[in-house]
Amino acid sequence: MISNSYFINVIRFALLVLVQVLVFNRLNFFGFINPMVYILFLYWYPIKQNRAAFIGLSFLLGLSIDFFSDTMAINAASTVTIAYLRPAIMRFVFGVNLEFQSFKLGNATYVQQFTFLALLIVVHHFVFFALEIFSFANMLLILKKVLSISLASLLLCLLFSSLFSVRKE
Amino acid sequence: MQQIINFILRYKNFLLYIFLMMVAIGFTIQSHSYHQSTFFNSSSWITGNIYETSFDITSYFDLRKENNKLVNENQRLRLLLFNKKDTLATELDSTKMSYTISSGQVIKNSYANQRNYITINKGEKDSIKPDMGVITSDGILGIVENVSGNNATVQSILNDRSNINAKLKNTNHFGSLVWNAETYNTVQLIDIPRLVPLVVGDTIVTGAMSSIFPENIPIGTIKQFDLDKAKSFWRIEVSLFNDMTNIKNVYIVYNTNREEVLELQEKTDSND
Repeated sequence: MISNSYFINVIRFALLVLVQVLVFNRLNFFGFINPMVYILFLYWYPIKQNRAAFIGLSFLLGLSIDFFSDTMAINAASTVTIAYLRPAIMRFVFGVNLEFQSFKLGNATYVQQFTFLALLIVVHHFVFFALEIFSFANMLLILKKVLSISLASLLLCLLFSSLFSVRKE
Repeated sequence: MQQIINFILRYKNFLLYIFLMMVAIGFTIQSHSYHQSTFFNSSSWITGNIYETSFDITSYFDLRKENNKLVNENQRLRLLLFNKKDTLATELDSTKMSYTISSGQVIKNSYANQRNYITINKGEKDSIKPDMGVITSDGILGIVENVSGNNATVQSILNDRSNINAKLKNTNHFGSLVWNAETYNTVQLIDIPRLVPLVVGDTIVTGAMSSIFPENIPIGTIKQFDLDKAKSFWRIEVSLFNDMTNIKNVYIVYNTNREEVLELQEKTDSND
C-alpha cells in the first residue's frame, strides 16, 4: 500500500510538471495569465507523512518547473514556502477535524477544500510575483498579477481536482 | 550541547525550510547578473529534448502560414537582389564577409514574464555561441545567452535586462532599447536627446554601435513619446514589427569582426 502511494506521487509529480510546462506555461491568456496547476501536487499530497521529505520534494518540484521556464529559482522558493506553511494552513482551515486518525481530504466539506486550495494558491502567487518583480514601487503590478493569476489557477485547479478527485472511502 | 541538539531536532523543518529558501534565493540573485544563469535554463539536455519533442508534434499545425511568411520574405529579398545596380562589386569571397547567418526554429517562447527567454533548436553543434544576435524576417528578437549541445536560450528583447543599441532611421540619433515589462508589443527607446525632432510613426532600427547586430535591422515604429524626468531626453514607446507571440523561424547573426571590435574597444578604454 505504501509503495502504491509512492508510485502515485511520482507519476503525479512527472505529469504535473509536463502539463505545466507544455500546456499551461504557453496559455498566455490576455497576454499574461499563465495558471499554475502544479500546486495541486501539494494539495493532493498525503496529510500524515514525513514533513521534511515533503518540503524537500516540493523544492524539487518547483526547481523542475524553473528549469523549463527560465525563471531562476523563484518557483522553487514559492513552492517550498507553501510546503512549509501547509500544516498551519490546514490547521486553520480544517480545525479539530485534522486531529482524527481517519481524516481525509475527501471527507472535508467543499468549502473547506476550496479555502485550503485558495490559500495555498494565493500565498504561492504572492511569494512568486514578489520575487519575480522584486520592487515595492511596482506593488500595484504585483497585486494585479497575484489577483488575476490566482483566480485563473484556482479555477483550473478546481476543475482538475474534480476531474481526478481522491476517491472517497 | 544537549539543548542545541534538542533545538535543532525541534525546529528541523523550519531550519530545512530556511535552508532551501536561502538556496533558492541564492540561485535567483546570482543569476540576476549577466551570464550567470547558466545553471537554470531551458537549453539543457533534458528540458531541451522535451521541448523539441513537443515542437516536433505542434510544428505541423501552422506550416501553411509559416510557408507564406517565408515566401514573402524570399520575394522581398529577390526584389532587392534583382534591383541592385552594381552587381560586379558584390563580394562572393566568404572570408571577406563580416556577418554569418544561420537559421533556426523557436521551440519555446515566453512573453508573459518579467524576464523572457526563448529557446531555439540550434546549439553548440551548429556553432552557435553566446552573444550572437537573433532576428526574424520582421525584426530583431534577442541575443543568445546560453548554449548547450543542441539548443540555445535567447534573451528576448522582452526582458527587463535587455539593452540594445538602436537609432532613428532617418536622423541616425541613437539610444538604448529597454523594456518596462508592461506589454509584449511595445518596448522603450531611451537616451535620445531632446533636440531631436520626432514624429509618430518614424522607424526605429538597430544602431551601428552594437557589435552583435548588423546596422539597420528593423525594430519597430514610434507609437508615442514624452520627456523623461530630467526633461532632457525623450522616452519613446516603440511598437514592434515582430509579433512576439507568434515566432517560428529565426536567423542567428554572427559578426565575424566582433572579437576585433571588442579588443579595440578594450584597448581604448584601458588607455584612458
